[in-house]
Amino acid sequence: MKVLYFAWLRERLNRASDEIDPPAEVKTLADLVHWLRARDEALDIAMANPALFKLSRDARIVSPDTPIAGAREIAILPPMTGG
Amino acid sequence: MIRVTADPFDPGLNANRFQAESEGAGAMVTFTGIVRSTPDRPITALVLECYPALAEHELAEMRDRAIVRFGLIDAAITHRHGRLLPGDTIMQVITLAPHRRAAFEGAAFLMDYLKTDAPFWKQEETENGLEWVAAKSEDDAARGRWS
Repeated sequence: MKVLYFAWLRERLNRASDEIDPPAEVKTLADLVHWLRARDEALDIAMANPALFKLSRDARIVSPDTPIAGAREIAILPPMTGG
Repeated sequence: MIRVTADPFDPGLNANRFQAESEGAGAMVTFTGIVRSTPDRPITALVLECYPALAEHELAEMRDRAIVRFGLIDAAITHRHGRLLPGDTIMQVITLAPHRRAAFEGAAFLMDYLKTDAPFWKQEETENGLEWVAAKSEDDAARGRWS
């Protein structure tokens, strides 16, 4: 599964995406964020306030308790500034 | 009509076409967002990053919600991404309704949602480099008034 990073989060990590294979105990998007932060200090610091970020599963915004099973593309979205 | 594009577009032409294609509307409101450079904060460009697959879906959902909530006949959103210059059109919202109040309110609703819920991220380019535009709490407050 792929994880996408956008805007200043992408810049802080120096990459736009990761190809990941999380262990079976990582069941939801919240679990996944927790797991990703534990293995990457830059992401951990950038997401110090996780409530700021929206999450998407296969290009649909979903809540953190959404399961990740079967997902192809997860995205971590910093606060948006469109319009 | 929902369009997420890196290409420039003509908001006047857009509005005239959208009006011509609709039937039964008594009011049309258009809002056009323009890249702004001011003397106290001069910028050379505005660079918009986007997640296109999500943006198209989110904009279509917002449009559908506005149509139901305000009884619109139709609504259109066009949003650019990429590097834009001062004076360039960033985005446009058009609402068509039987009467003016619904058209105005529908457009305001869409604008408030676009600011906080559409996956675009702005960077201001100045002579010192690029700087991310911070999300504004007043934009969250403006969106909050509709819930």
